[in-house]
Amino acid sequence: MSETELIRVLGDDDTSPAPYHPSLDDESLLALYRRMVQTRLFDAEMIRLHRQGRVSIYSSSEGEEALAVAAAMTLSEEDWLFPDYRVSGALFERGVPMEEFLAQLFGTSKDLSKGRQIPTHYGSRQRHIASISSPVGNGIAHAVGFAWAARIKKGPEVVLTFFGDGATSEEGFHTGMNIAGVHKLPVVFVCRNNQYAISVPFNLQTGSDTIAVKAKAYGFDGVRVDGTDALAVHDVVREAVERARKGGGPTLVEGVSYRHGAHSTSDDDTRYRKAAEAEAWRKRDPIDRFGRYLKSRGLWDDARDAALRETLESRIQTAVAEAEAAPPPPLESLFDDVYDDLPWHLREQRQDLTDHLRGLKGRKP
Amino acid sequence: MSRMNMVEALNNGLHLGMRENENVVLLGEDVGLLGGVFRVSAGLQETFGTDRVLDTPLSETGIIASAIGMALYGLRPIAEIQFADFAFPAFDQIINELAKYRYRSGNQLTTPVLVRMPVGGGVGGGLYHSQSPESHFAHTAGLKVVIPSNPYDAKGLLLAALREQDPVIFLEPKKLYRTTSAEVPDGAFTVPIGSARRVREGTDVTLICYGAMVPLAEDVARRAAEEQIQVDVLDLRSLLPLDIETVLASVQKTHRIVIVHEAPRTCGYGAELASLIVEKAFWSLDAPILRVTGFDTPFPYRLEKEYLPTSDRILDALRTTVAA
Ligand SMILES: Cc1ncc(C[n+]2csc(CCOP(=O)(O)OP(=O)(O)O)c2C)c(N)n1
Repeated sequence: MSETELIRVLGDDDTSPAPYHPSLDDESLLALYRRMVQTRLFDAEMIRLHRQGRVSIYSSSEGEEALAVAAAMTLSEEDWLFPDYRVSGALFERGVPMEEFLAQLFGTSKDLSKGRQIPTHYGSRQRHIASISSPVGNGIAHAVGFAWAARIKKGPEVVLTFFGDGATSEEGFHTGMNIAGVHKLPVVFVCRNNQYAISVPFNLQTGSDTIAVKAKAYGFDGVRVDGTDALAVHDVVREAVERARKGGGPTLVEGVSYRHGAHSTSDDDTRYRKAAEAEAWRKRDPIDRFGRYLKSRGLWDDARDAALRETLESRIQTAVAEAEAAPPPPLESLFDDVYDDLPWHLREQRQDLTDHLRGLKGRKP
Repeated sequence: MSRMNMVEALNNGLHLGMRENENVVLLGEDVGLLGGVFRVSAGLQETFGTDRVLDTPLSETGIIASAIGMALYGLRPIAEIQFADFAFPAFDQIINELAKYRYRSGNQLTTPVLVRMPVGGGVGGGLYHSQSPESHFAHTAGLKVVIPSNPYDAKGLLLAALREQDPVIFLEPKKLYRTTSAEVPDGAFTVPIGSARRVREGTDVTLICYGAMVPLAEDVARRAAEEQIQVDVLDLRSLLPLDIETVLASVQKTHRIVIVHEAPRTCGYGAELASLIVEKAFWSLDAPILRVTGFDTPFPYRLEKEYLPTSDRILDALRTTVAA
């Protein structure tokens, strides 16, 4: 298979190419769809909360839900995810309750990472999700190290890492791909090629025609899949995960998609791209496409869709209300977890700060 | 003269610098079409074209390494790192290459690259959009390090840095980008690198600061004056080289020192300042030198306000010093 061929399952009209889908039973198909819709509605709500000043920043995955959800769906419980900041659907798919993700977004005392990181930079040891950091590309190489350890210890884990097209210019990508290739490690690289890194278009990011082709130089396969086709994403990533699990080594999956929204709530994409371009991509909205497929299979209809959205909206509202009500992390927690222990200088700084704040309280009338 | 905020002043300085010298090029992530994520380079690509304002791939190593190569060719590159926190991916190029080229080539080959980057907290940026890495740079022989605290100095230092023959790390306190505006001359002018600015005259205690801490220090000095504490406020502007004369003159006048920076305390720039003052003016001191700084933790998100030096914390230090 050539690296530049775009793998698709759904036809141009998004109707059923076959009476059933070989790798997903009907219940799983519906679960995938529900998760994608949940992700869409959740992301939209976060943009609304940002406008109201309740969430400080957010990067929406609108248009890329198929990639995040269908890819994460192929993982088993023992596997690990090394995500980036634009795959909320993958977190939900790994079992993260919305309340828990929201605690991170609001940085409350209920946040597993104790309010230390900006919104979307979630992590959970229990759910096998590495802690997200901002420097683009760093996590890719960590995923490889994790997979290397799994190989050394003969562990069952497969590691999946998500990143954008921009990230493929960073060292973490190249060094990670190289090491994974040398040792044929059980890792699946999923690149969300959404055509932009903030304002920088794909053709200024790389001189190659595709991201997938980059795998060749590192000694393994790259696959290019239609990232707006949930079934194609699922099939391609599932195959890659199976190959990794059987000792067949890494795969680079390029999911060709589009970032429907701005880079983040801090960005204004009208400065660097034409509305017509976004409009054209919206015709290939992954949720619309998958919904049409399900309807053509007789598995879904408008009434059920409306009911699903209503239920999800109200679940999101409830989760937001609950998460937002939690207090901020306690002041003293500022000094925790820098180290395993608390060296004298940090103990002293913590004491100074609490004394100072107590003094202020005493002084104020 | 026009009223400009810091972003506008820097933008104006970049336009002038690029017009003055056709070897000046600007490169970085999102600097061209978008005009920078903070809009500092807005309009530059339209004016000077895609050969002089270059949108790079997402690689800080690539940005700095390319700038070094361009400088060796004879260009005057201005490299933008989108956030100072992402200078770390390029650290090898900055520390091992950019800073050492002149020295290691026996002065045959030089790399006068101006590296601009937004620094500091106060904008809800968390761990990776808030750090103040000035000590790392000031600790590296071969780099000059400047940090303006107002639109006038921002433009003047930028144009001065463009005339330097050595690499300059140009730190832009992002919290101040749009918070204040000032009258700034429309034409070219420079603020000499290596000169501090006395922000406020006082006789009781010297408050040494730079960058985003300067407006805060001015505010504290006003509050202190109400308690009859007259504060001499110094804005260093240049961390390397440091204007040691101005610092020592103030020590000799007030005999009491408080140093403020938002970077963590341990091995922070304040430690160097305190050492220099002790070495050169120990007998002029009437009290221990105090530091008000960020804590020795990574930069937090939700507890950012508690982490950063506040007017109250600085005022406490001033009172303690004066009472000592
Ligand atoms: C090392 C580093 N440099 C710069 C940034 C600022 N930044 C954040 S996201 C981003 C673009 C990422 O683009 P891409 O990898 O294509 O992912 P997308 O956001 O499009 O999903 C940039 C430049 C960063 N976070 N880290």
